Amino acid sequence: MSLDFNDETFRGDFTYRNSARAIKRFPFPFPEDSYMYSVNMEPHVPGPVGSVFEHMFDVDEHYVSEMRDRAQVLADDPLRCQSLPHMELAGWDLLELIMESKARDYPHWFSLHRDGNQWHWINRPLQIEQRFTFMDASTLPCGPMEYITRQTQGDFTLQDQRDDDLWIEAGMVTTQADWSLDFDIGMSFKQWHAPVPLAHQAGIFDRALKFLLKLQHGAPVRRFNWTMTVDPLLDTSPENYPKWGPSKTTMTPETVGRRQHLRVELQTLHRLPRSNAIAFPIRCYLISFQDLVTVPKWARRMHRVVRDIPDELATYKGFIRNKALMLDYLAPFDDGLPTSPGFAPE
Amino acid sequence: MTKTEFEPAIPSRPVYGVLHPAVGSAHLFVADGEGAGAVCDALTSAPALKAAAHVIYIPGANGSDHTGALQALGVAQFHRAPSFAAALPRLTKVLADAHMGMQIYAAGTEGLMAQVAAAAQAAGLPYEAVQMEHRGSLARRVQCVHCKGVTENVTLDPFQCSHCGLTLFVRDHFSRRLAAFQGVCIDAEDPGQIPASVERFK
Ligand code: HEM
Repeated sequence: MSLDFNDETFRGDFTYRNSARAIKRFPFPFPEDSYMYSVNMEPHVPGPVGSVFEHMFDVDEHYVSEMRDRAQVLADDPLRCQSLPHMELAGWDLLELIMESKARDYPHWFSLHRDGNQWHWINRPLQIEQRFTFMDASTLPCGPMEYITRQTQGDFTLQDQRDDDLWIEAGMVTTQADWSLDFDIGMSFKQWHAPVPLAHQAGIFDRALKFLLKLQHGAPVRRFNWTMTVDPLLDTSPENYPKWGPSKTTMTPETVGRRQHLRVELQTLHRLPRSNAIAFPIRCYLISFQDLVTVPKWARRMHRVVRDIPDELATYKGFIRNKALMLDYLAPFDDGLPTSPGFAPE
Repeated sequence: MTKTEFEPAIPSRPVYGVLHPAVGSAHLFVADGEGAGAVCDALTSAPALKAAAHVIYIPGANGSDHTGALQALGVAQFHRAPSFAAALPRLTKVLADAHMGMQIYAAGTEGLMAQVAAAAQAAGLPYEAVQMEHRGSLARRVQCVHCKGVTENVTLDPFQCSHCGLTLFVRDHFSRRLAAFQGVCIDAEDPGQIPASVERFK
């Protein structure tokens, strides 16, 4: 593996680590000291150099190891990648969006040469070179969505739009916060969100759906979601819950700083040009509590968010049983001083 | 044969109505258990439809069997099947042969109705093409999210997956594609700590 990318694991011995640079650019998701669901969407425009928003699709030091982990999840359970038959066109739209973005934003790692429908793709970090005919799936080793998302960090779902609703009808889902693509595929926007507490009653999904139905090509938006994960496990799937569930019971005051991770999802939404579908990349970032508290503002704020979160949310997010342990760890880093508004360190 | 009262449901779970005989060239009724009552009510209120009605009936897993009442209706075609799986080839054929204007009705348990709707969708019809009325048992069809096996007629919560043997709690999250609720391992975090089952879905 080249110097740009870590050689690490997200399972077993969990050698996943964030470098000092990765900690500094971590997308801390809380703009204020408390948290409640909201329709938190903003334009997905390029952010500061070096930030996770700099490019359309962030490629970071975990890239190569994450792709290796995805390949393992898919080998164990091929149902994590599914596409209903009419979604292939959206898969091509997504492949084009990702290849063009990566070749433009990271020319030293990725290249795309197009000669009409004859495309030539080079992915240097993963040592892949592929010549294929755009829109002809027989010229790729697998379908277009699977092909490109085996080479791109984050989960992906593709939503068809019809009858004034969105339908989740394709996806590559191996780094999910405890939901099942196999169960949800085919559902409408409110159906797949059905298990979320409080937000339906607050009208959040009505407003979000209304907004998304009008999403324009070329004007992507982004939002954050977050949860808590014990050990840097990407594949917290319901399918494998009996395997990872017990890890929640073995944290101690000595290990919580190293094992408890804040899990942040940077979600973006893109209207696709040919299919009119919406692509929904869900990029997962993990940071251990011991790394998080190295930034004083984040430590203070994390303590306040966990302390004041409604029990319904802590239960839904799956960390209520460890809430006290987490607070005991975080409290000493909260000196009660005010924090400045916004995401940035002070 | 009383109508079932429903507690408020989460948005993935369908809401059911009452069968309303509609104008159409043919009328396909699929029912299980107490669903027979909904078929009888519909055809008694619109007896003219009987001559163009095809009723497929599956006695309930809880033993309720209203074959006699349905036969007494005098519909054009009546078929009693021992299970939904056994009825499916016939249902698929009828749906494939269906002309525009065939009305489809399903009544009985949620699992039965969802499987009829899934068969209709597989035949190219929209989900809304099937009128549904819930009657009788609240027993659930549940997919184990771990092994993917479906257990029919679940009345207990938690229950043991009939395929992999894990003890599952039953969520209200419902997939129309799978025609099933979701079952999740109840002792995943604390293996062996399994609360007593209660009969939640009579
Ligand atoms: C269109 C693409 C989207 C997809 C495919 C998607 C998918 C999901 C899924 C699968 C869940 C987990 C539900 C479960 O517990 O089973 C979820 C949770 C949630 N979604 Fe979405 N979502 C999308 C867009 C949005 C948007 C635009 C909003 C804006 C308000 C939103 C707000 C939420 C919230 C608040 C939760 C609960 C998260 C938590 O507490 O961890 N989603 N979403």
